[in-house]
Amino acid sequence: MSRDSIQFIRQGRVRRVRDFAPRTTLLDWLRLEERSTGTKEACAEGDCGACTVVLARRRGGRVTYEPVNSCIAFLGQIDGAELITIEDLSRDGVLHPVQAALASGHGSQCGFCTPGIVMSLFAHYHRVSEVMNPVAVSREKIADVLAGNLCRCTGYRPIVDAAVASLAAPVADGFSQTDPERLARLRDLEDGEDVFVGDETSFFAAPADEESLAALLEKHPDATIVAGATDVGLWVTKKLAALPKIVHVGRVAGLDAVADTAETLTLGAALPLGRATPLLGRLDPDVDELMRRFGSTQVRTSGTVGGNIANGSPIGDLAPVLISLGATVELRKGDRVRTLPLERFFLAYGKQDREPGEFVRRLVVPKPSAETRLRVFKITKRMDEDISAVMGAFAVTLRHDRIASARVAFGGMAGVPKRAVAVEAALTGARLADPATWRAAAQKIGEDFSPLTDQRGTAAYRLQVAKTIVVKALAELAGVPGTATRVRPRASAGERPNDREAAHVAS
Amino acid sequence: MSLREKPEVMLRHVRKPLLHDSAVKQVQGAAPYIDDLPEPAGTLHVAVGGAPKAHGTIATLDLDRVRQAPGVVAVITAADIPGKNCVSAHMEDEPILAADMVEFHGQPLFAVAATSRDAARRAVRLARIEIAAAPPAVTVDDGLETGARVLPDYAFLGGDPNAAIADAPLRASGTLRMGGQEHFYLEGQIALAIPGEDGAMLVHSSTQHPTEVQHIVARALGVPDAFVTCEIRRMGGGFGGKETQACQWAAIAAVAARVTGRPCKLRLDRDDDFMMTGKRHDFRADWSVGFDQEGVIAGLDVLLAARCGMSADCSAGVVDRAMFHADNTYHLPAFRIDTRRVKTNTVSNTAFRGFGGPQGILAAERVIDAIAWRLGRDPLDIRKANFYGPGRDRTPYGQVIEDHDVGRALIEQLERMSDYRARRAEIAVFNASSPILKRGLALTPLKFGISFTLASMNQAGALVHVYQDGSVHLNHGGTEMGQGLFQKVAQVAAEEFGIGLDRVRITPTSTEKVPNTSPTAASSGSDLNGMAVQAACRTIKTRMIAFAAEHWSVPEDQVVFENDHVLIGNQRIGFGELARAAHCGRVSLSSTGFYSTPKLHWDRERGTGHPFFYYAWGAACSEVLIDASTGENKVLRVDILHDVGRSLNPAIDIGQIEGGFVQGMGWLTTEELVYDAEGRLLTHAPSTYKIPVASDVPADFRVALYDGANREETIYRSKAVGEPPFNLAVSVFCALADAVEAACPGAGQKLDAPATPEAIVTAIGDFDVVAALAGALAPNS
Repeated sequence: MSRDSIQFIRQGRVRRVRDFAPRTTLLDWLRLEERSTGTKEACAEGDCGACTVVLARRRGGRVTYEPVNSCIAFLGQIDGAELITIEDLSRDGVLHPVQAALASGHGSQCGFCTPGIVMSLFAHYHRVSEVMNPVAVSREKIADVLAGNLCRCTGYRPIVDAAVASLAAPVADGFSQTDPERLARLRDLEDGEDVFVGDETSFFAAPADEESLAALLEKHPDATIVAGATDVGLWVTKKLAALPKIVHVGRVAGLDAVADTAETLTLGAALPLGRATPLLGRLDPDVDELMRRFGSTQVRTSGTVGGNIANGSPIGDLAPVLISLGATVELRKGDRVRTLPLERFFLAYGKQDREPGEFVRRLVVPKPSAETRLRVFKITKRMDEDISAVMGAFAVTLRHDRIASARVAFGGMAGVPKRAVAVEAALTGARLADPATWRAAAQKIGEDFSPLTDQRGTAAYRLQVAKTIVVKALAELAGVPGTATRVRPRASAGERPNDREAAHVAS
Repeated sequence: MSLREKPEVMLRHVRKPLLHDSAVKQVQGAAPYIDDLPEPAGTLHVAVGGAPKAHGTIATLDLDRVRQAPGVVAVITAADIPGKNCVSAHMEDEPILAADMVEFHGQPLFAVAATSRDAARRAVRLARIEIAAAPPAVTVDDGLETGARVLPDYAFLGGDPNAAIADAPLRASGTLRMGGQEHFYLEGQIALAIPGEDGAMLVHSSTQHPTEVQHIVARALGVPDAFVTCEIRRMGGGFGGKETQACQWAAIAAVAARVTGRPCKLRLDRDDDFMMTGKRHDFRADWSVGFDQEGVIAGLDVLLAARCGMSADCSAGVVDRAMFHADNTYHLPAFRIDTRRVKTNTVSNTAFRGFGGPQGILAAERVIDAIAWRLGRDPLDIRKANFYGPGRDRTPYGQVIEDHDVGRALIEQLERMSDYRARRAEIAVFNASSPILKRGLALTPLKFGISFTLASMNQAGALVHVYQDGSVHLNHGGTEMGQGLFQKVAQVAAEEFGIGLDRVRITPTSTEKVPNTSPTAASSGSDLNGMAVQAACRTIKTRMIAFAAEHWSVPEDQVVFENDHVLIGNQRIGFGELARAAHCGRVSLSSTGFYSTPKLHWDRERGTGHPFFYYAWGAACSEVLIDASTGENKVLRVDILHDVGRSLNPAIDIGQIEGGFVQGMGWLTTEELVYDAEGRLLTHAPSTYKIPVASDVPADFRVALYDGANREETIYRSKAVGEPPFNLAVSVFCALADAVEAACPGAGQKLDAPATPEAIVTAIGDFDVVAALAGALAPNS
């Protein structure tokens, strides 16, 4: 069966929408169709957060409340969810605790970013309000939660203060994780039907299972596959791409599945980055920190593991880490499934080994052995919510005082995420605690890479920093403490802030 | 007499940390901005097409495919402008739509009015444009090479700086490059033009300068000023970027509305906003200084070259203000403060919070740091040694500093509060043992001159009505961009009438209500409009007092306004009751108010006068941590002590201080405008242009107000607060330079702004990370 409209809940009512262009963004629908103008557009590229809305979904028997950048989300993506916007929080003239704290704490000046900030904090309120968690109300955590919300007026101090104040003593606000009515309403939307809105020349489709997805893509190999739309959304808002045919993979049952065994971690392509964070973060504190700095809360809510790989960015944060771990990617076209080492998926800038009609199915990540040590460095102009100038990931396997083998991958250093094979060769068999090893390995960066100059850094800076990262990784593995090598010290094992939230975020 | 200043203890609204007037609406998304206003039926949407090259002549502008695109109603070019095709208020150097010459990449060439914004934007891309390109001058250096200027060179000269420097026991010199800055107001540029009868036009414009929008729209339409009204209730941020820069979009929307006869709305996409609107001027400062063994300056020679872009815009005032602040708080016995207003093929740079002041101050502080590094002394000692003081109180522009004692007391208080000396010692210990991470510390003072340096702009008007129920309609020429001006002024009005703030209705700024206004700029909003409103209120009060005294036969000094009532001799009646009675007694309850700042004079030709009514003082102490091998850095702690006189609203003032400081920190750290050699801006959206986020704000951030009244007669003895605290972020840059100097002696002076990780690495130069970390490796591992 197939449904020819999308359905979601807004203000307690089921809304069914059929008449929309496939590329319609959620923000345009809100502002232009609904004339619901509390949600603002400021950048239209998912970076500033002024357009943040919250999507409530049923997951693991609870209601999750997650912040989404509505400017780059497609309207069709909210099928099955409850859409909550800034207009929906205060009830009978009484402000939501987050709103009240922001207003009384002088957390708004020009007020244009304020609705988005309220929605981000509202979502966070429901990650922590029902299970008290001191980490979640720390200033540091609030700053993380707000990394995707730019404010140009206040300097953030009063916003963070207000957030801490409202979160310290949460009260019932009419939105709970366990509200039976809301759960029932959301369950009623889960009809397991394929969604196909439009006609054969122009449609928004959201298949319900993998067979339908494979069949649809075989029929329409020219369709644009959309997972979180954190990249494809910009093709519409910035490049004004037409995108007549959109196939959304977010409803495909099981495509977000996780398998966590002693040997491997398998991540479904449609698994959002936020839900992948505690799983990947458990591999190493550096990976955990990388995931913390990956985009913003909103981007990690929408963006997926498979999307980050499939879009083939030379600086996508996941690829270097997963390549260093020896991950493989599984692709499917029709009934054919094939697997290849992740580094072989990236052919050249903007070109991946994916045929028309083929989709990324899952990623299989071997877990590092007991002798393997990981290090990850992400170098950016701004520490949080920034795209890497250079990123380096190191998986170094030790035997006594020597390096038995090393897998080293970089982002930002070539047209694709790429292994540093000359560095790896220089390390194999070398003595770890010998500064001559560090120097020799770092020198090999020049053989592996000829980076470009762009707005994130010059070629010379990229080369120098890549060499520095090699030295730092080795020095740390040899015993130099992370407190001496990093502005933001490496956490020790078992001290992973993201992990402590795992129970709430992962399904 | 009830018009004299109230005793402090009797103040009911002024001095209170009251909420921003719109705070409760803003947190609910219920405060409308222009794009949220209901659109009149038939509203069209306008998108703008820009030049694909930075410099050259237009060879082809083929818009046929644009006209045929779905939804397009009209295409507007320079030829469609009925009046004058000029967006500059006082010059002839910048068109609304370029007709033949192209002078920067993205320069507006045409506009499309269509039935939806999406249709308009898509149609724009169908244009066929060919430019006979000429090589562009992109950087300050390029512009200096061509010799082109937007305005003549200008200098302050005092004594014989050449001799003073040559004869001094010690000398230093250097070059400091300072980047520009994008305003990144969260609400982008927007205008909605609604045609009226007889050629009239109502323009809703997100502008800090409604009067200039009115004038430029009228001129573009070829109608008298009186036929155009500009209105603005609130902006989603301004920071100087909506002073002159709002005019172009209002003018294009108005021309489109005239051509189509329909309401037209123009809202720039963020990328276009970055590429098509001006920014903070980037500067190059070449300096040389002579000084003695104690670090006391004998003479300073500084050349400030500013990238002005393709036209003058605000460059006259911006570069002048850089000159006015090139002394910061330091006495210069002999000086040459010279300037070049460099013309380049880039977007015309404009006003931005601080208006050139930050660039002048940063240059001054670099000179001080360089002296300290040369002498091996703590920079704070050099700052103190050069501070203005008795007999050393004449500025390079002839104004005598009368309250240098405030500035000195303030830095000494901050030195104690921040525990500066002990931390300096701790940092030295840390740096000696840390291989690649280095800490830096700096305490920098601030003196910021308050007044528009163009004296004629220091005036304001207000319009106040009292209705018969005692409610008050409040209007003035200032605009609200988030800074809390409307709230502060409402507090003044409520205080004057002795009524509750709920009786004071704040209304949108409109050129219909208060004409001929100055922009809300130069930190002057409360100083000017507060006084104008107070004058209007007092006019009405005087009439009400005269009426009451006569009606109830009491002396005038027995009529007192307080707590929503009026005491008239022995009786007490409601404020509304008196209003009704006065109305029945045929007394006017409406008045304008006017204020012009006293004591100002400035002779630019001779470079001397009294351009500032008073100074705002401040100081900040910042501590940073850098990674010398990657340039990554972090601000660890900031202590601020700032002088706002006696605050009208301490919560709003602290908001301005913190927000201004963080914005300044962004300018000096992560906010980098990168142009390519073709003059294309590569950082044109938040994905590539990085303003501070919450985690960039120091975890330890201590802000205090300095306790002291304005010695001049300002509104309730307060001081201006919009721009001065922006400059406190200079302490962050100086602390970063201090850390760079610690990592590599001699490198501090090579650090340019913004101090991005790459700029820090570049300043440090060769850094042997292997050797540094090898030393940190425990010998037995």
